[in-house]
Amino acid sequence: MISLPAMRKTSALAAIVLVVLAAGVILVPLISAQDPLRIGDVLALRLLPPWSRDSLGHFHLLGTDRFGRDLFVRMMLAGRISLAVGIIGSALASLVGTVAGALAAWMGGAVDRGLMALADALLALPRLVLLLVCAALWAPGLATVVVVLVVTGWMGVARLVRAELLGVKTLPYVDAATALGASSQRVLWRHALPNALGPAIVATTLGVGNAILLESGLSFLGLGIQPPRPSWGNMIAGGRDLIVVAPWVAIAPGLALIATVLACTLLGDAMRDRIAGESGGSLRDRV
Amino acid sequence: MQLQPVHPPVVLRRLVGALLLLWLVLTITFALIRLAPGDAATFLVPPSATAADVARIRDELGLDRSIVVQYAHWALALLRGDLGESFSLHQPVSRALAQALPVSIGLGAASLALTFLVGVPIGMIQAVRRGRIADQLLTVLTTVVYAAPSFWLALALVAVFTYGAAAWGLPPGVRLPAFGLRSPGSDLHGTAAMFDLIRHAILPITILSAVGAAGVARYARSSIADVLSQDFVRTARAKGASPRRVYFRHVLATVLPALVVLFALSLPGLVAGSIFVEAVFAWPGMGRLMVNAIVARDYPVVMGAAAVYAALVLLANLAGDLVLPLVDPRRRA
Repeated sequence: MISLPAMRKTSALAAIVLVVLAAGVILVPLISAQDPLRIGDVLALRLLPPWSRDSLGHFHLLGTDRFGRDLFVRMMLAGRISLAVGIIGSALASLVGTVAGALAAWMGGAVDRGLMALADALLALPRLVLLLVCAALWAPGLATVVVVLVVTGWMGVARLVRAELLGVKTLPYVDAATALGASSQRVLWRHALPNALGPAIVATTLGVGNAILLESGLSFLGLGIQPPRPSWGNMIAGGRDLIVVAPWVAIAPGLALIATVLACTLLGDAMRDRIAGESGGSLRDRV
Repeated sequence: MQLQPVHPPVVLRRLVGALLLLWLVLTITFALIRLAPGDAATFLVPPSATAADVARIRDELGLDRSIVVQYAHWALALLRGDLGESFSLHQPVSRALAQALPVSIGLGAASLALTFLVGVPIGMIQAVRRGRIADQLLTVLTTVVYAAPSFWLALALVAVFTYGAAAWGLPPGVRLPAFGLRSPGSDLHGTAAMFDLIRHAILPITILSAVGAAGVARYARSSIADVLSQDFVRTARAKGASPRRVYFRHVLATVLPALVVLFALSLPGLVAGSIFVEAVFAWPGMGRLMVNAIVARDYPVVMGAAAVYAALVLLANLAGDLVLPLVDPRRRA
């Protein structure tokens, strides 16, 4: 563990990065004069280097891509999608996992065995493989990516919540609530579950960065967000064969991706040290 | 230290459990890919084909029968050890897998070894020098690499070591190939072919190992730091044990079981993670086989690849369970 003030400093920095980024991805496409999707005079505008002004007088902070679209505005628009997919995907997966874990722990018996067998079976495929198989199910796009992240991501949280609940179930205050006449449902949702959510909250926070990486990976392979709608993954894919001529096209979205995932990881780490107090942690998927 | 083997009945029970789980995984995968709209027939016919042509191919592949019949066919064939014939590659699935698997396993095994050989010492140095400048620099480095997608790192290294090295006139030894397993059109044999392969493998293995080692170092740092703050370490120091003895005999022995489990669990993730590195470097491994098969709706290949991945995960879990008692005396029943 780093000393507490140092840790507060890093997590404060991570929070600032995320807030600035969130403001940027919301505001920049709104106020920018440039349309990040419109393709104009390709020959005159394409692949302008960063910090340059084009013949129309527009300033391009990060240059332009192969179709002459402003890279900075596109990157911010892509950030909207990547951040939204990461947060929604991770949060929904945790929600499904929490409900599944709670049902398994509380009802026991066949429900418990069935849900845990399903979780074990889905965990027996590496998440990337399961993700690819599921991504082929529907037409690639925003909704598909979120659904696939939820389908492949609920098992870890379900196990965490189940294990915590089984521990909480034996505590005296649960007995007390039951003795006072609270229904089994009320005891679960009002008394037991809120006290079993700590590890799940940490897992969700750490899961945001992972989900953003998975989305970028799917989009890089062409199975996620589809152009012309930008995402950091498909922007990197688009800059792949320009890496010699115009390296900034692939470098800029990659740096944005790293900064975002880094900030999410640091926040998750800080939260884990505060809430769970456990050592180590799970490894992210190797996107 | 006397090594005690795990009870055979326990092993057998776990093995049976693993096989049942494997069957469940494959059944779920079968159901998942058949839910997908569109099937292989539409991808196999030329654009000029009529509906009758599509129907004929569907009939040839058995896709017109009910899903239950198809499942039964597939399951019976699998019990005979027959993975079927690929729709798009015109060869048995087992042969396609046999060509692709060594590539991914080789890539994964080399990267896994490097991941731990680099990651654990880094984590240990960080834990021992906690809070000092070395720890802070390594923390920044590992956290940044941990946050970076491997396909982006791959592009960055290709830009520097393939194109950059050529543009800056660096010696040929530093210029690394960015595509494939061997130099195209080369007719190399023996050691020359070996060196050629190694040159092609440097960038992919470096990237997979770097991303893995960053994660392992983060894990090792925090678990070793936890152990270092415990009473038995203070006692060992108080009794005059040398730092080397404290770190290796007391600390490393305590975190070793966790690292062994991590090692076993990392293999499938690494083999799956090579999907992206294979995509960037055009390596003919499992990842590329699987992605191409999914896009072409080549069901038999997808099922075969899923079976291999699931078997890897289950074997890794089993290996972790079986090896754990050997490194952790508390786990010997």
